[in-house]
Amino acid sequence: MNDKVTNILVVGIGGQGVMTATEILAEAAIALGNDAKKTEVAGMAQRGGVVSSHLRFGAKVLSPQIMPGTADLLVGFEAAEAMRWCHMLKAGGPVLMNTARLVPPVVDIGLYDYPRDPIGEIESRGFEVHAFDALAIALELGDVRLGNTVMLGSIADHLPFPPQMLLDAILRRFSARKPHMVEMNRKAFEAGRAAVKTTGRS
Amino acid sequence: MAAATPQLVPQPANSRLLLSGNEAVARAVWESGCRVAAAYPGTPSTEMLEVLSTYPDIYTEWSVNEKVSLEVTAGAAFAGSRSFCAMKHVGMNVASDALMTLTLTGVIGGLVIAIADDVGLSSSQNEQDSRYWGRFAHLPIFEPADSQEAYEMTKLGFALSEKFQMPVIVRMTTRINHVKALVTVGEREEHAAAGFKKEPARWVMAPSGAAKRIPLMFERNEALRAEAEVSPLNSIETGKDKRAGFIASGPAWMHVRESFPDAPVLKLGFSCPVPVEKIRAFAATVDKLVVVEEVEPLVEMEIKAAGIACFGKDILPRQGELAPNILKPAIAKFLGEPEPQGLTPPARITPAQVFPRPPTMCVACPHLGVYYTLSQIKNVTIAGDIGCYTLGAGHPWNALDTTISMGASMGIALGLDKGRAESEKDKRILAVIGDSTFMHMGMQGLLNMVYNRGNVTVLLLDNRAVGMTGGQNNPGNGRDIHNQEAPRVDFAKLVEALGVKKERIHVVDPYQLPVLFKTLREEIKVPEVSVIITNQPCVLIDDYKKQRPYAVISDKCTGCGNCVEVGCPAIHVTRREKVIKPSGKEVELQFVNIETAACTGCGLCVQPCAPEAIVHADPARTVRLVKH
Repeated sequence: MNDKVTNILVVGIGGQGVMTATEILAEAAIALGNDAKKTEVAGMAQRGGVVSSHLRFGAKVLSPQIMPGTADLLVGFEAAEAMRWCHMLKAGGPVLMNTARLVPPVVDIGLYDYPRDPIGEIESRGFEVHAFDALAIALELGDVRLGNTVMLGSIADHLPFPPQMLLDAILRRFSARKPHMVEMNRKAFEAGRAAVKTTGRS
Repeated sequence: MAAATPQLVPQPANSRLLLSGNEAVARAVWESGCRVAAAYPGTPSTEMLEVLSTYPDIYTEWSVNEKVSLEVTAGAAFAGSRSFCAMKHVGMNVASDALMTLTLTGVIGGLVIAIADDVGLSSSQNEQDSRYWGRFAHLPIFEPADSQEAYEMTKLGFALSEKFQMPVIVRMTTRINHVKALVTVGEREEHAAAGFKKEPARWVMAPSGAAKRIPLMFERNEALRAEAEVSPLNSIETGKDKRAGFIASGPAWMHVRESFPDAPVLKLGFSCPVPVEKIRAFAATVDKLVVVEEVEPLVEMEIKAAGIACFGKDILPRQGELAPNILKPAIAKFLGEPEPQGLTPPARITPAQVFPRPPTMCVACPHLGVYYTLSQIKNVTIAGDIGCYTLGAGHPWNALDTTISMGASMGIALGLDKGRAESEKDKRILAVIGDSTFMHMGMQGLLNMVYNRGNVTVLLLDNRAVGMTGGQNNPGNGRDIHNQEAPRVDFAKLVEALGVKKERIHVVDPYQLPVLFKTLREEIKVPEVSVIITNQPCVLIDDYKKQRPYAVISDKCTGCGNCVEVGCPAIHVTRREKVIKPSGKEVELQFVNIETAACTGCGLCVQPCAPEAIVHADPARTVRLVKH
């Protein structure tokens, strides 16, 4: 293990499971012997607000916060949220994002517009976008709840450790709490990995 | 009846666990043999008691407010039990009446008070620095920088509390409470209670007795200062770049170390009383001394008063977190360096312009019915309170005019009534308060309002939970911290006992809009205190039962937008169209759909829909939404 601290930023909105996903990533990093810190800027996020969850891991982590322009990876559970936070990424960094558009009431009542092309906006800043419809993939597998594991699967080939370590962390959770969900989650994880491979580099 | 909270089997000693600061404190409290713990929920402190309640061999409770929680734990400490109290920063404002005398009596069993400062206001009405209480009450303050330190300092807090027989404050911030980091845990030790010994000169704080305790408090404070001077919690890391040496505490210490790895740093873990001589010696080893503290310049002012030259709030912000992206440019400027690379534009690190996404009420929230109704009533001023329903101040309702502090809606409303201008003679004054907030600090205000013959219509929104902090139990839902059945308060009887006339008390289902509207319209006309109690549960707790979801028949939707005014996040506008009415007025039509997968069938949007375009969704098309 070298001294470099890996910075992963996971973003979305309250209730999407962003914080749980980051925690599973943290568990995988810790299982490899890393120090890790995970922090959220969540506010009253349970009420559908913005959530950005920071994970830093490496030999030793001091500040828990990722600074703008230094995230190694951005994981977006929602399209406009990926756009909102893309300035946190290092130059040319990868964005793994759900294409889902969750429209808040302030847009519905006409006070603001939803961005027309979040993916294009992110790409225009020189980032590498991998976009896919996590909800559709989850529904295809038969359960909307698999969306988070699809998202985690999409990250798996962009981590500084083997995909299997992340899968193990996911399955450890499910075998402890919901053993009947283990196989479905394995499939969802692989479907997430495959989704990124098919979207390829843009 | 919901199932009782399962009890935790604590992880074995020497486990290395990923814990939030709150979870780490809970573990430390349990390991310290603490016997009694109490709190009122409040972000970011809530999880301390929530987690502690799952440990065995400890009495835990949700108290009705922070003052009561501090008194309960103080009483336990008088009886010789180790005890623990947690609160958010504003909680100590409420509890401070007890604190300021507890510092005179002191305690027998160790009493640790964890105060969570919401630096950066993630979920609070203000930003406060609780380290002031250490100065005000002459009590020691520990400032952990991460979960491991929160764990260790909590344990040390019990030891120090018993050594000096006084409460110890552990000051945390959101960036510790809610950060998860690795903690190595230990064994639980047992501490039997010594028992309460009668000693009126100590426990009965009337003037003569209290006056004798004050000099003891000052003596103690000097002994504490000597303790802080030699405490290993205050440590120096040498560094070769001596242009600036830093004094830092709490998470700011992590940020300083991250930002300036070569600088000398004096870390203050035991920060009050300030170890002045240790700081003086450190100051002599560096060119310039910079104090990095969140949020007030307390250490800075105290060491300046002691004749130590330093910089602090003259070069650093006085509000919010002092993260590396704040510190690095500020210190570079201070040292006359060029702007650090990579922190200020290129354009790629300028945030993109995206709509704000403020927190919203939940789909089917019973408060939606209340705020929709309030938004339809004109010529009113509405004093609000603290909880989810504070969101009623926002769009689309704009139906809340003030929010100050817990329970303030009662007094503010009476003041708006008594202090009204001549031109506001006909204005109706309303107050909106939730069940927990009412029991926390609102009951006294209502009693005062009745006694002083106010003309206010009070809406008591009883959703059977402390909603904003995650649906904790309270006396209004008849369940205790373990989800076990507990005595339940009857709000109608309670407000009647406070003096509200029986005919002025109405219990209304907030999903029945016509009833709510009619009741409200009638009561605001009556020039005395009325209380309308809404009685449907928070949608996030087990009491809430989902109903069959709705959908919009697109062909029938006329775009009137009435349903949009309900403010439910499951209703989406699909198309806008400007039309000229026969009257010549231009209006914008809003055609909608309902996100059926999110809808839980409360029916609020169905009621104002004139063309009856909202109907039960076809079951085959609905997606079952279940939480993980």
